[in-house]
Amino acid sequence: MSVDLATVRKIASLARIATSDAEAEALLPELNNILGWIEQLAQVDTTGVEPLAAVIPNHLRLREDKVTDGGIRDAVLANAPQAEHGFFAVPKVIE
Amino acid sequence: MTNLTDLGVADIRDGVAAGTFSARDVATAFNAAVEQGRALNAWLVETPDHALVAADAADAARASGDLKPLSGVPLGIKDLFCTKGVETTAASGMLKGFVPPYESTVSGKLLNAGAGMLGKLNMDQFAMGSSNETSAFGNVVSPWKRNDGGNAALAPGGSSGGSSAAVSARMAPGATGTDTGGSIRQPAAFTGISGIKPTYGRCSRWGTIAFASSLDQAGPMARDVRDCAILLEAMSGFDAKDATSLDLPVPAWEKGLSADLKGKRVGVPKEYRVDGMPPEIEALWQQGIAYMKDAGAEIVEVSLPHTKYALPTYYIIAPAEASSNLARYDGVRYGLRDLPDGANLQEMYAATRADGFGAEVKRRIMVGTYVLSAGFYDAYFTKAQKVRALIVRDFEHAFTQCDVLLTPTAPSAAFGLGEKSDDPLAMYLNDVFTVPSSLAGLPAMSVPGGLDTQGLPLGLQIIGRALDEQGVLNAGLAIEERAGFTARPGQWW
Repeated sequence: MSVDLATVRKIASLARIATSDAEAEALLPELNNILGWIEQLAQVDTTGVEPLAAVIPNHLRLREDKVTDGGIRDAVLANAPQAEHGFFAVPKVIE
Repeated sequence: MTNLTDLGVADIRDGVAAGTFSARDVATAFNAAVEQGRALNAWLVETPDHALVAADAADAARASGDLKPLSGVPLGIKDLFCTKGVETTAASGMLKGFVPPYESTVSGKLLNAGAGMLGKLNMDQFAMGSSNETSAFGNVVSPWKRNDGGNAALAPGGSSGGSSAAVSARMAPGATGTDTGGSIRQPAAFTGISGIKPTYGRCSRWGTIAFASSLDQAGPMARDVRDCAILLEAMSGFDAKDATSLDLPVPAWEKGLSADLKGKRVGVPKEYRVDGMPPEIEALWQQGIAYMKDAGAEIVEVSLPHTKYALPTYYIIAPAEASSNLARYDGVRYGLRDLPDGANLQEMYAATRADGFGAEVKRRIMVGTYVLSAGFYDAYFTKAQKVRALIVRDFEHAFTQCDVLLTPTAPSAAFGLGEKSDDPLAMYLNDVFTVPSSLAGLPAMSVPGGLDTQGLPLGLQIIGRALDEQGVLNAGLAIEERAGFTARPGQWW
């Protein structure tokens, strides 16, 4: 299965990466090359095989339901590109 | 007097404890080596004062008789580990200027064990690469040169290429690395040092910048097996802050070291004999087999039938997890923000990510986004998870017939910078021997096996059963003792 330019633009949009026409055109053969290569997995018979998510058997733990962190607002905001009045600031979202 | 920068972790620890030299002298010597080695571009941040403070604490601890396991040992820390108060970028423009307000569990454990930090080590951007060329701050140059009289700059491997170059060039006795598909083992092989990726879950991932969460594991890189064992002991252990951390005691790996392999069976997987593999790699492998026999092991041929599907499986799963993990870089909470005039929030995200990520990172995010997108998820991602299950089964079956596996670490010696950077697939193929054990979460290490005809180091890989780091280290020690690898790069920098 190969992708076309419209699909490349759609993927870029889903990934929230601004892509110029020239960049999309450069990406097209690169992505098709990679996708064509991973396509070979279709040859493997996986009938009856459960998809594997956790590689080393481990049980999901529950911890006591209590606050273990917090009260560090300034540390949380310290690396923000724009912090105002104790909040992360972003461009206006609602007119 | 011994050149202090020629000493490894164990020698420094023991020398400081015995009072043969002071920790401050050690830190001063390595700080000078770091400064002198700037041409290698291995360090993104130098922290000489940190190393000196830790050294003074070590000297004071010796005087008061409460030395810690790594007192007096200065280390390099890969820039994937968040270090409190010290810029951490994962070698990406996206995180330029990011100063973590917290310490990663792994680096914190090392510092609490008495180690000092020499600086933060360069790497492939977000650990995506096998040559260090994807760093936003310039590639690391390997200290090694070919013996052909040429002056070609070689790749130190990747993604932990700053770590491999620093240890190999004697700018640090040891360093942290991380390994997602071979990022500790391949650079170790390229630079003639040792490195071990432990069982998935041994080292906490908390505070380590995420690439592919089901694969990422931290591990040490050092000049010999004993030093790796010492550092791994300090780095490992349960951490409630990582949901996949293994709640198991940390074995005394250093104490358990033994190069006697009597009664052990070493498996040689026939599928690792790949097309176009240079005869030198095959010869090295045969030499490794001979070393194992000499150490008392029995050699058995085993089969891992799904080996050829490991790389395509990895290049679905790792980009998928990366596209999810790297969604956090949005220009809002930390790192770069690019806000074009009049842009709205969505445009700010897209501009920031276009600016901040390098080409290979974008490529992988795009592939990951595609294989996770509606309509393709089952055909790609679920399929890859099923093949991953088959790869795990292959190993389980092989380990009914043997105790460890022996393979080459990489299909070639170090390549030249720029030789593979135009072809992503050619670069991916370099991880052919390291990726399968990553997919299975197994402990695996690379140790130097010898030099090729061009005078470049080649590595042998040992893969063990889950949680059997001791078996891996011991087999590595058996090779180390027999290979007698003492080659080191000539100091041209």
